[in-house]
Amino acid sequence: MVIGLEHYLIVAAIVFTLGVAGIILNRKNVIIILMSIELILLSVNINLVAFSAKLHDLTGQVFALFILTVAAAEAAIGLAILVTYFRNRRSIAVEDINMMKG
Amino acid sequence: MSVATAFFYLFSIITIASAAMVIVGRNPVHSVLFLILAFVSAAGLFVLTGAEFLAMLLVVVYVGAVMVLFLFVVMMLDVDFAQLQKTVGKYLPVGGLITLVVLAELVLVVGSWNVAPESVLSTPTPAGLSNTAALGQVLYTQYAYLFQAAGLVLLTAMIGAIVLTLHHRPNVKRQDISAQNARTRATAIENKHVPSRTGVPVP
Repeated sequence: MVIGLEHYLIVAAIVFTLGVAGIILNRKNVIIILMSIELILLSVNINLVAFSAKLHDLTGQVFALFILTVAAAEAAIGLAILVTYFRNRRSIAVEDINMMKG
Repeated sequence: MSVATAFFYLFSIITIASAAMVIVGRNPVHSVLFLILAFVSAAGLFVLTGAEFLAMLLVVVYVGAVMVLFLFVVMMLDVDFAQLQKTVGKYLPVGGLITLVVLAELVLVVGSWNVAPESVLSTPTPAGLSNTAALGQVLYTQYAYLFQAAGLVLLTAMIGAIVLTLHHRPNVKRQDISAQNARTRATAIENKHVPSRTGVPVP
């Protein structure tokens, strides 16, 4: 049995779904939500690399490179916001984030 | 079953299992460690598709820097995690339903598309080059402006993270080097004429 594009797409779909489930199920812990976002971005990268290999086109890998960059920036900013928030409120529960009444 | 197939199943099973452990884990430190395992095995999947440069980038940059940052923050924050985990089961029915619908939709999409025959590849993979060399050839020519923009994104993130987390505490004595260097003999020393047997009044 030859591993084709569909196998990679299914793996990426499962990882994406697990990331979405992590955001839905862990409604209290901001750290787990950040990690779920990382999982979603990883699944997108798997998709892009699989398509890049299938189509013999480097664009997918270049795009995955930029997604890695943006994901690293997002993780740094998110964790900085988390640290500032914890310093102010002594808690990281999502329900406590209500000061702005948005 | 060939070796590549066996490795594909190995890496994908480890990726999916550790992704599941990330979201069900009780301890966030375990979650971060399982996320690292997921990224490493996804790097294995990248190697299987021939994207060695991205695989190494994932291991070095992601596991080496970003996940270690996650570990730092998780261990630095003194959070009562047992108290945070109480409501996981509350959203399980609705969340499980939504998750299953999303998964079914994604899997249905997988088999039902075709590449348009008139589509043109924007950067075809050059023959006879390694993956890293080919990526470098397009990254610094065709995508040079996007590459610079990615650098700007990282710069913005760095400045943002510093601005968010830097805070000056009041009432802490710190060394002020410019003030030290600005001191002269006139401002630092005061000559007193002390008469004999009288002393000087203490301020």
